Amino acid sequence: MGRKEMIAMLLAGGEGKRLGVLTKDLAKPAVPFGGKYRIIDFTLSNCVHSGIDTVGVLTQYQPLVLNSHLGIGSPWGLDRRDGGMAVLPPYVKQKGGMWYKGTANAIYQNMGFIDRFDPEYVLIISGDHIYKMDYDLMLQEHKRTGADVTISCIQVGWKEASRFGIMHVDEKGRIESFEEKPKVPTSNMASMGIYIFSWTVLQQYLIRDEANRMSGNDFGKDIIPAMLADGIHLHSYAFNGYWKDVGTIESLWEASMDLLAEKPGLDLYDRSWRIYSVNPNQPGHAVAPGAEISNSLITEGCLVEGGVYRSVLFHGVRTSPDSRVQDSVIMPNAKIGKGARIYRTIIGEGAIVADGVTIGNPSGGPITVIGSDEFVAANQSLLEVEQP
Amino acid sequence: MSRNMLGVINLIHESDELEALTASRCPASVPFGARYRLIDFTLSSMVNSGISKVAVFAHTKYRSLMDHLGSGRHWDLHHRQSSLFVLPPVTDDVNEVRRGDLFHFYQNRDYFTRSSHDYVIVTRSHMVCNINLDHVLEEHIATGADITVICKRQSELYGGMARKVMTDGAGRVTGMQDHFGRLNSDLISMEMYVMRKELLLELVDTSLAQGQDHLVRHAIMSRLDTLLVRSYQYTGYLGVVNTIESYYQNNMQLLRPEVWKSLFFEPGPIFTKVKDEPPARYCEGAKTSNSLIANGTIIEGTVINSIIFRGVHVRKGAVIRNSIVMQNGIIGENCNLDRVILDKDVRIEASRELRGADAVPFVAGKRKII
Repeated sequence: MGRKEMIAMLLAGGEGKRLGVLTKDLAKPAVPFGGKYRIIDFTLSNCVHSGIDTVGVLTQYQPLVLNSHLGIGSPWGLDRRDGGMAVLPPYVKQKGGMWYKGTANAIYQNMGFIDRFDPEYVLIISGDHIYKMDYDLMLQEHKRTGADVTISCIQVGWKEASRFGIMHVDEKGRIESFEEKPKVPTSNMASMGIYIFSWTVLQQYLIRDEANRMSGNDFGKDIIPAMLADGIHLHSYAFNGYWKDVGTIESLWEASMDLLAEKPGLDLYDRSWRIYSVNPNQPGHAVAPGAEISNSLITEGCLVEGGVYRSVLFHGVRTSPDSRVQDSVIMPNAKIGKGARIYRTIIGEGAIVADGVTIGNPSGGPITVIGSDEFVAANQSLLEVEQP
Repeated sequence: MSRNMLGVINLIHESDELEALTASRCPASVPFGARYRLIDFTLSSMVNSGISKVAVFAHTKYRSLMDHLGSGRHWDLHHRQSSLFVLPPVTDDVNEVRRGDLFHFYQNRDYFTRSSHDYVIVTRSHMVCNINLDHVLEEHIATGADITVICKRQSELYGGMARKVMTDGAGRVTGMQDHFGRLNSDLISMEMYVMRKELLLELVDTSLAQGQDHLVRHAIMSRLDTLLVRSYQYTGYLGVVNTIESYYQNNMQLLRPEVWKSLFFEPGPIFTKVKDEPPARYCEGAKTSNSLIANGTIIEGTVINSIIFRGVHVRKGAVIRNSIVMQNGIIGENCNLDRVILDKDVRIEASRELRGADAVPFVAGKRKII
């Protein structure tokens, strides 16, 4: 097998608890997003556009949908002779098996996979974020600064800062301190969970971390602080494009609405940076006489007979006459009955909303969520609202 | 059952009055129905019926067809157990290229002799339909026919040209004439013939030796007395697309929900080359009604009764009615289009007015700038 300069390890085992019913049967990276994609498509597409042809995808939680989506990586051009995509679930060894205890442990357990390619650098990313980024530019920066580790970072709102790994950097961009999910953040420079490690350095720390029984085996909580304590060179890589963590119902909905802005932060129509996905093979969507669509994304295979306003419809969605879908996300093959009203709601795959039902609150408040394959009957007009 | 049947999509001398649309491509690769090419319907019907070995007898102007078909990946025909062969004429003599299809069948006989399949289905690419060929083969075997020809009762062809078929009460074909013949029958041939492979090879050898050149016109139509040729009646949607009028009208038929639902979904999906286009984007102020819209399209203006292919951009104030806009078309601001067919990559500058008539839509060739 040829030597690779850099390979990617994509952490896709996230359970996505905060996405509630949407992740009941599937892992967070497999949650549908943007009318035809799943969340993981963005990072996978970034990899191939950045010239990375070897990606290990670490799966753990509810892998069925995710695995069938990934296949052998063909939609992303990752079905390669040398390298390509490998799905890496936890496995049983001679002395028993174990789950991936943490992000670092997941990589530790797959050191054999990485060593097969003998890479100079390893890119660690996760399948939970919506963004377009050229990892090759980050690698150039990593080489230029001569750092052992480069962490991609972005300015976030102060209110959100305690959800992220927060860092302080000096004027040259070198990282001085790093704190994972601080209660009281002292900076709003957040880690995007994108790391480039020089493999020899990371290897040592993974082995050391594994030997430490007190460790949580996590990159943000254990590995990075240990490296900082040893004084090795960690550098920041500032990113100023669109980046969104879609770990909550609220943020998933917001990111969907962001796509409908007049000038969206993330341009899906850029032909030089296509987001690839599994194609559902559906005909063009049909817009019936009497339908009205404005400021929305509609995917192939839909049949729209009602009104759709500022919403995202995935493939195979049917909306009936006199229905109104507003500020909502309707996942694949869901059906909206006659005269139904849907406001600020995420409707799961294959769900059916009966005629005349009203869901959600048009004027604000939390986002309503209907799980996959749920049937919302007419007499159920006041729904239990899923708290994000 | 169809696992035992070879597919042949015969493009040799395929009827073609599609004018500008076939200026640089064969009818098989003419874009149709917002994201497909004509050949997709026959090819998808074959693979959905379990046929795993398909040959396309390419003839002329097949560059875009090869680009479209590629390795057969999008139809799942690229596996160890399946294959797609694109077989262009095997000759460097221009006069031989002009010869009838039997000559090309003869030249490609290796395709037949190298396989262990017992049956063959020979089709064209201009019959837009979605059909279960397994049922056809079952009926073919059950009736003991030598040849089964798939037909449909349909009087409205919207100007499409199809052979007419006469059968006796038991379904035996007693007469068959080209579209201009005076045979009075509403049973039309879909140009799909099922027979034993051995019979096909025999017809090829014998007919050629008798100085005949065409599979249907000579080898089959002149042997209706000696061979048991039966019709199989298809009842799904059929569009005979080989003239501009029938191209236009059959596209417009797709706007009827029952046609959309049956042609694209029943009995199986229609596959085509995947483009990874994002969903269609409707902007603030967009108006759309009674239309078929593919992914990758951006609509800022008004689209009524129209078919919009992948990656089209309809700018602000533009109004499109009763029209077909193919891939990557750009419709400038405040344009007004009615009854037009725009081939791929056509660009209409701002404020243009273009108008065709119902049977004679205005056609703009590929990459034209108006």
